[in-house]
Amino acid sequence: MAEPTPERRPVRWHIAVFLAPAVIVYTLVMILPLAGTLDLALYRTVDKAQHFVGIANFSKLFGDPNWSGHFWNALGNNFWFFIVNMAVQNPIGIALAALLSSPRLRMKTFYRTAIFIPTILSFVIVGFVWKLILSPLWGIAPDLLKMVGLRHWFAPWLGDPHYALTTVALISVWQFVGIPMMLIYAALLSIPDEVIEAAEMDGVTGMSQFWKIKLPLILPSIGIISILTFVGNFNAFDLIYVAQGALAGPDYSTDILGTFLYRTFFGFQLQLGDPNMGATIATAMFGIILVGVCIYLFGIQRRLRRYQF
Amino acid sequence: MSQARTSIPRSVAAHAVLLTYTVIALFPVFVIVINSMKSRRAIFGHPLALPSTKTFDLIGFRTVLQQGDFLLYFQNSLIVTVVSLFFVLLFGAMAAFALSEYRFKGNMLMGLYLALGIMIPIRLGTVAILQMMAATHLVNTLLALILVYTAQGLPLATFILSEFMKSISDDLKNAGRIDGLSEYRIFFTLVLPLVRPAMATVAVFTMIPIWNDLWFPLILAPAEATKTVTLGAQMFIGQFVTDWNAVLASLSLAILPVLVLYLVFSRQLIRGITAGAVK
Repeated sequence: MAEPTPERRPVRWHIAVFLAPAVIVYTLVMILPLAGTLDLALYRTVDKAQHFVGIANFSKLFGDPNWSGHFWNALGNNFWFFIVNMAVQNPIGIALAALLSSPRLRMKTFYRTAIFIPTILSFVIVGFVWKLILSPLWGIAPDLLKMVGLRHWFAPWLGDPHYALTTVALISVWQFVGIPMMLIYAALLSIPDEVIEAAEMDGVTGMSQFWKIKLPLILPSIGIISILTFVGNFNAFDLIYVAQGALAGPDYSTDILGTFLYRTFFGFQLQLGDPNMGATIATAMFGIILVGVCIYLFGIQRRLRRYQF
Repeated sequence: MSQARTSIPRSVAAHAVLLTYTVIALFPVFVIVINSMKSRRAIFGHPLALPSTKTFDLIGFRTVLQQGDFLLYFQNSLIVTVVSLFFVLLFGAMAAFALSEYRFKGNMLMGLYLALGIMIPIRLGTVAILQMMAATHLVNTLLALILVYTAQGLPLATFILSEFMKSISDDLKNAGRIDGLSEYRIFFTLVLPLVRPAMATVAVFTMIPIWNDLWFPLILAPAEATKTVTLGAQMFIGQFVTDWNAVLASLSLAILPVLVLYLVFSRQLIRGITAGAVK
């Protein structure tokens, strides 16, 4: 604002007016609470008074057997949840987008609309719908498997500690495949025709055209999708809460950081709520996400080559 | 377009794959909706059959509508989503305009500060948000949710919109200035209409998580009068675990309004997303 010639450049109040509402709401409702969380993690409540304990809560979370078991379990599960999402959701999304973008395909709009529908449904619906379908009581899943002669494959997947987490992760894939599909579809559309035509002149068509020409061009979009998946997965809570409850059963096999945070902060059944430890877990999650985002920004995004048309 | 790009076997294969995936995407919704209109015996006897005159029964819907105030929940969700969306778009566009249009000290820093929220989920501040809402007596009000969702949506909105606004020609804005338009008029009458596709993109990505959120309604506004559809359906279904008619009916009631809204707006939404990314 302070330009060297004040008489020609008076204070430009409109800049402040344009910025103020966003900055005020964002600071009050987002930044201050986040800072408050970081702060709360450094205290312990004794007799309703806050006592500063430094990093004692963190050493408790990572080292005390009462806490660390749950924490590492939740973190490990969260990584598996993320890996399944990355390995299944994004390739399917890219493949669907590649098919949708093929020229002269009919019924494009129909497919796009239909495949995006699960994404608009709430977690509550998605969780219950799949719980019902996979329920051994109702028998839709067993019946369907019987139709293709694989009845013996059926197991109560959501109730089995070995399969439950992967099953929930696949449900999440089913729900969100529309987002990578849409973003990649948009990226594919933005590749200019001249590039594709030049490739065809050189005899690069079909699959090899996708791998050699289109895929390198959409890599930045794939990067964005990966980081969105990472941040989303490490904040996931709703689907597990709805499908498996706050205890993330069976036997904590689907417990991820979000459900662990919820149980710790608000308490559940016999366990009392503990805001300080809750804030500690939230801070740990914050750290994990920050590390992930930094790895992406400085390790991966810089190496991605961008092409300008 | 050259003729080498399509062949019949390839397009048949493409349709086969897309159709298979469409079935996977829609099957669960289809199963729930058809079974919600069947009698209890038919639900268990033939879960995959369409309701016939013999098995048609709306008992589930009657139970649900007698018990819970679904209309109120729906109204709450609609108010929260629409008002938050309005403020996210308005405040986000204003901030984006300030950041992209004017050169001032601290511009970069302000941009980074606002972008911080894209990476850090607001959920991690829940502990302090709840304390703040309790201190200001906003717990169990829709305003609490609106404030949180507005703050949650602003970072991404500002970021995307400022990228777009950078691409609007300076000549146009300067022409407006020469004609004596104020900076506010330039923003509202020249710039805003031009970034409409980007606004649609932002609207989609802001709206879906707000409508579907279970976390903040559960924590900030669990009272009967402020329940959202998502929370209402969640609690409601819990009460009827064994009444399959009611469970299926409440699921259908939660699905259908969103589905109808989506189908009405899907063309604009999809155009917004694709236009947004294409620029």
